[in-house]
This record gives sequence, C-alpha cells and structure tokens, in this order.
Amino acid sequence: MANLLLITVILINFFTLGSARLVACIRAVAVQGALLSLLPLVAHGMSGHALILGTGALIFKGILIPWLLLRAIREARIRREVEPYIGFVATLVLGALVTAGAFIFADFLPLAQEHHEGLFVPAALATMFSGFLLLITRRKAITQVLGYLMLENGIFIFSVLLSVAIPLMVEAGILLDLLVSVFVMGIVLNQINREFSTLNTERLTALKE
Amino acid sequence: MNLFLCALILLFGGSLIVLPIRKSSLAALLGTLTTVLATPLTGYVALKVLLSGQSLSLSLPWSVPGAEFNLLLDPLAAFFVLPISALSLFCALYAGAYLEHDGQTRPLTPHWFFFNIMVLAMLLVVTASNAVLFLAVWEIMTISSFFLVAWDHHLEDVRKAAWLYLLAAHVGMMLLIALFILAGRYCGSLNFSDFGLLAKLPLSIASLLFLLALFGFGVKAGLFPVHIWLPDAHPAAPSHVSALMSGVLIKTGIYGILRILSFLPPAPAWWGWLMALLGAGGAVYGISMAAQQRDIKRCLAYSTVENIGIIFLALGFGMVAVTGGHPTIALFTFAGGLLHLWNHALFKGVMFLGAGALLHATGTRDMNHMGGLLRRMPLTGLLWIGGSLAIGALPPLNGFISEWLIYIGLAQAGTALEGYAALAPLLLFGLLGLVGALALVTFSRLIGICLLGQPRNSTVACAQDTPPIMLICIGCLLTGCLAIGTFPQGALRLLMKPLSQVTRLPIGEELVQAVAPLGQWNLMLLASLVVLAGLLVWLRHLRPLAQAATWGCGYRFPTARMSYTGEGYAGFASQHLLPGVMRPEVSGGKVCGLFPPPTALAQHSTDPVLMRFLQPIFVAIAERCQWLHWLQQGKMPIYLVYIFVTSVVLMAWSIWAGGHGGG
Repeated sequence: MANLLLITVILINFFTLGSARLVACIRAVAVQGALLSLLPLVAHGMSGHALILGTGALIFKGILIPWLLLRAIREARIRREVEPYIGFVATLVLGALVTAGAFIFADFLPLAQEHHEGLFVPAALATMFSGFLLLITRRKAITQVLGYLMLENGIFIFSVLLSVAIPLMVEAGILLDLLVSVFVMGIVLNQINREFSTLNTERLTALKE
Repeated sequence: MNLFLCALILLFGGSLIVLPIRKSSLAALLGTLTTVLATPLTGYVALKVLLSGQSLSLSLPWSVPGAEFNLLLDPLAAFFVLPISALSLFCALYAGAYLEHDGQTRPLTPHWFFFNIMVLAMLLVVTASNAVLFLAVWEIMTISSFFLVAWDHHLEDVRKAAWLYLLAAHVGMMLLIALFILAGRYCGSLNFSDFGLLAKLPLSIASLLFLLALFGFGVKAGLFPVHIWLPDAHPAAPSHVSALMSGVLIKTGIYGILRILSFLPPAPAWWGWLMALLGAGGAVYGISMAAQQRDIKRCLAYSTVENIGIIFLALGFGMVAVTGGHPTIALFTFAGGLLHLWNHALFKGVMFLGAGALLHATGTRDMNHMGGLLRRMPLTGLLWIGGSLAIGALPPLNGFISEWLIYIGLAQAGTALEGYAALAPLLLFGLLGLVGALALVTFSRLIGICLLGQPRNSTVACAQDTPPIMLICIGCLLTGCLAIGTFPQGALRLLMKPLSQVTRLPIGEELVQAVAPLGQWNLMLLASLVVLAGLLVWLRHLRPLAQAATWGCGYRFPTARMSYTGEGYAGFASQHLLPGVMRPEVSGGKVCGLFPPPTALAQHSTDPVLMRFLQPIFVAIAERCQWLHWLQQGKMPIYLVYIFVTSVVLMAWSIWAGGHGGG
C-alpha cells in the first residue's frame, strides 16, 4: 500500500516536470501533498501522532498552499510556463535519470534492514531531485515555488520514515517553515510582478553586483 | 559562582530588555543600569578569587555537539575579569552623558544592546573553558564590538575602519579555529580541562600551536605586524567604546595566549624571544607612529600598540628567563608585564575618556584645531595631564611601577647572564628606554598642543567644561592610577595568584618588598608636588603677572596660526629619528620664485605596515582571483545548480567514505 502511494508520487513528479500548464501543475502538487498526508497513517498505522502529522500535512500541503498559489496566478493572470531554460522533454529525460540515480544511490546507503525493502528512501530522493530540477529549469517564479514545495515533499517522505524517532515539534517546525517560506515567496512574487510586470525570474539578474 | 552567573544573566536580560525601546533616554538609563548593577558583582567575585586563589567553576547542559557550557573562574581569568568589570562600569556611566546629544537625533537602542552584549561576551571569553563556547563568545565579542565601532556609520571613514576591523578579526578567527581543532583532535575533547594532554606534545606540533595562538590572538591584541585594524578602529568608535576596546577588549588576546601557553609543554627559549622581539618592535613602532599623529585618538591608538608591545616584551622575556632557570628575573618581568596590563587598562581609560571629553566639547579630533583648552576645561585638562603622566611612566603614577619592574628584570638579566647572552636583555633595556623617551615626546606634545597655548578656532575658544558625571568617571580611573602608584604592594598582592599560575613558580615576598619603598617614595613625591603647587599658586596670587598670548613671540597682534603645530613639535622626531618608511607623507610647501604665491603644506601619516606591506599583497591576491567572478552569474537557476551539484557530490562522497570505512 505504501509502495503504491510512493509510485504515484513519483509519477506525479514526472507529470509536473513535463507539463506546461501552471494550474495543472499546482493541482498535481496539491494531489501529491494530499497523498503524502496519507503516508504516516499507512506506514505507522492509526495512532495519534500519525493522525496529527497527516492532518497537518493535508491542511498545509494539500489545501492551504495550493489555494494561495492558485489565487496568486489568478491575480498575476498567467496560465502557462513558456520558454523554460531546458525544454520539457529534456527535463523529463533528466527527471528519469535522477530518479534512476536515486534508486541506485539508495541501494548503496547503509540503511536499517526494514528500510531497505520499501520505496521510501528512493522515492524521497527522487522527489527531492525532481523538485530541484523544477527549481533549476523554470523561469516563472511560481513554478519555482512549486519546485520548492516538491523538495519539501521529498523531505516529508524522509521524515515519515523517521517519524517514530523525530519528535512532533520538529515536524511542526518543518510544516511551519514551509508555510512561512511560501508566504515569503508569495510576497517576493508580488514584488517581482509589480516591479518588472512579469513573473520571470531572469530579470532578477539586474540585482547582480 | 552563582553571583557571577547572576551578573551574566543580568547583562543578557538587560540587553534584551533594551531592544524594543525606541526612546533614547530610557534605553540609556536601562543600559547603564544593567552594566552598573552587573559589573560590581563580577568584580567582587574576581577580587575574591584573586585573594583566596580558589577557582570557581560552573557546568550547565548545552545541546551543541562537542560543546559544554563550562565556565571556570581561576586566578588567571579573575585577573582579567577585574579590569573588564571596572572599566565597563565607568565607560557605561560615561556613555550616558557622552551620547546624550546623539540620542536626540536617533535611538540609542542598538548602542546599548551591543554594549551590554560586548561586556557579557568579554566576561565569558575569559571564563569559558570549552573550545566551542570560547570560539562562540569570541565571535560574539567581535561582532558586537564591530557594531559599536560602526556607530557613526553615516561617515565613510568609520565604515571603512569597521570593515577593516571585521576583516582582521576574522583572519585571526580562522587561525584560532585551526588551533582549537588541532588541539581538540589531539586531546579527543574540546574541554579546556582535558587540554592538559597537550603538555605531552612533541615540540614541533607544540610550536605550531604556539604560533597559531600568537598570531590568532595577536590580531586582536594589536601585536606589532598584525595591529593594522587598531589605528583606524579606535578613532572611529565612540570614545568610551575606544576606551573599553583599548583598555580590556584587546587584552583578551593576551589572555588567550597566556591560556594556551598554560596547556602547552614548557616553552623553549625561542618562543619567548619571538614574543619579546615582536613586542619590542611593536613598542618602538607604535610610539614613533603615535608621535606623528594629528588625530588625538589615533595617537592614543598607536600608544596602545606601544603598550601592548611593552607587555609582550615583558611576558616574552619572562618566558626566556623561566626557561633559562632564572626565577627571580622571570618573576620581576612577568609581574611587570601583568601589572602593566592592569595599568594600561586604567590610564588608557583616562586618556580615551578624556579625549572623548575634548571631542565632546570641541567637535574635532584634530589637535591642530584645539589649543588653550586647559583654561576653558580646567578639570578635564588636569585629569588628562594626570593620565599622560601615568602613560608616560612618570612617578608618582602607576605606569612607573610596572615599567620599573620590567627594567629591573632586564637589568638583573644583564648582570646575571654571562658573555654575549647578556647583550640581548641590555639591548631590550635600551629599546625600552628609547620607547620611554618617545612616549614623553608624544604625550607632552598631546598636552602642549591640545591644552596649552591659544585656541585655534572659534568653536574651541568657547568650549565648555565636561558634564560632571563624565569627569567623575575619568577621576575614578585616575584615582586607581594614583592608588597603584602610591600603594603598589596591594596590587602586587592581588597579582600573586595569577602570577604563580602563569609562571608555574613559587612566589615569596621579594616582589612586594621590592616595590614597597617605591610606593613610599611616590607618596612623598606626590605630597611634595602638592605642597609645591600650592606654594606656587600662593606666590602667583601675591604677585599677579601680566598675561600675554602663549607663543606670541612678542608681536603686537599675535594670531593662533603662528603657534606651534603638532607636526612642528614632532618634526625633530619624525625627520631625524625615524627611518624613511615611517615618515609621514608631505605634500605641497614648495616655495619658488622671488615673490612666491601663497602655498599650502600638508602632512599625512598612514600606517606603513598596512599601506606599504599588507595592502599590496592583498590587492595582488584580489587581482589574481578576478576570474572567480564568472561564478557569480546573477541567475538564480545557476546558483541552484551549484547547490544541486554540491549535494550530489556530497552524497557520492558519503558513499565513497562509507565504502572505505571512514563514515
């Protein structure tokens, strides 16, 4: 069951990497967040800790942040990602490569026995790398926020792996960190938009020393 | 120790409470109150440790890897805590009045926050007994003092000076990190209590650690070739901050060296010679630069380089004597060096606070614009003259006692050693004499040009005397100078415990006996001076003299422009005594033709070590590194690629290291 979830998560990674429509991308990441919120329940069974973690993740990753982002693009009136630094097909190929790399790398890691079986570690790594790719290859600030979200999702999968060991405070800290950073990105987005009347980050080059 | 901890918490809490306050007067009140409440406590604890010789320690849980929050207040630490507490107290009281005018235009909140944090950090630096804690508070001390130096950051000079300070301090910090990592690796722990293992190190590694400590801490202490930040930073900072930095903050560098030396195996002679030579060089260099400065605070900053040089000379030669098996000589020079450290904190406090009072009244630091201030600010002037006497090592003040001890140590070494070996201490003796003579030139110049003669402009002419609270602070410090000068036995008794800890030698009564008659002579001299002065005043009262302008040269209408300038006074020293590199740059002043037009002459003294030696090196390095600029593309995706590549490489490395059994 957990593996099924994780494979879906990886597929969503590919979808986001290959899609040009922003709304679809945001929805995909929202679905990814919602799926991940099920993960603690699936991995550790119904316990208070897992429930709190899942609910928190669902509210933040599945609902609140996507809603904020959708509102942002409605206000900025943009629909599509045009001219990424690296083309969509190329990004997809790169994504496939890093996913494969993540699986190979996970095999080498000196993990505890019970973690070797599942897809947790490779999926977490693959999601993080995909998020990174999204951050690197796209021009629009909003897609970069999505990449950042995806990176956080990868970290979240890792933390589920360790959620017995990690105290709740740390989890709460991660979620709070995420929310705050999205807020900050939102403010930055607004500023970029107002200043350059576009959401392309390449114009930030003007700030170079 | 609980009392000490209370004081630390008080300082920390006080600085936090000041933060949200926007009103200057309230911030100043709370900030001053914090220091005034906390420092007597720490001073009292330090005094108790110095008298009883029993160390206090404290250990608190701290969740930083490799670190423990261990504090140790042994006699050596207490030796430094005492001047830190005393000087901070008076500087804080002084600052309230000094910054009052500044506070009307902008909030004083940041100043008081950083001031209290700096006092806290200095106290922690000398008591920390864990390397991580030490480095952390050392860094906090640097940063907080950086912000205090940059207080007038609207001026470009101040920004540059602060930047230079930060840069120099961090170069030193790099050496210190290397030092503690090496030491920690060898001992398997970062606690100072486990550093005793270092005593078994082979000489080569121990020497490396010593050199790292000497230059890493030396940057902060203002040791000669790495003193470059000091002459710029002290004039830039507000006067009480300069006093605190020059008086005690840079001494933490000496503390660090002494602390590291206490862990290392017994020092070979060349360590001591190196310290003594650098010290002697610094003393001569510092005082000859000080004799040429127009900026009074810059002059005092160079005098700090000189005094640090004297302290290093004494400590270094003391180490040589310990190695050579001359315990008496070692005791005299070490005692002289340590006492000079206290003395310097006192009289440099007087000098900087006094310079601040002059600056406060006249609005300039240029001595060529001052003059005639003794008549307008008699009390400040008197205190400043007292401070100058002390710093010039004249009896009956404290500078005389400590330098006398050093002279005695060197002279004894000169007679005790045989053959050519006796030459070196006698040479140092001569150099110290030269330094003393130049110090007299420097400080008579400082007093003569600033306080005597006629005012050189209208602002100076209507200068008012300093607010009483500032005078009281300066007066208290000068009283400390007088007390050590007339009663040196007391100060030396306090020094006994740290002295025996540093030298690892037993100490008898010979030191106290040696200085006791000196104190009595000083007291008699003071009494006769007071009587003589009273007599002169009385005579003057009986037969008043006609008053004419000083340096009026008999002209009918003398102007202030005819009077001696600072450059004129130091002209002999700078043109005949100093080597060419150290002479100031002179521009203009060429007179040609039968009827020459008006011409101007200007003299400008820059730091030769910085300008002619270090700056070219760093400029060359910077030019070589120009190509690295392409790394900074200014595009966010490129930067993200850097992060991505770094993490991938780190992951690969972790696997590789794991495969080789390293991780």
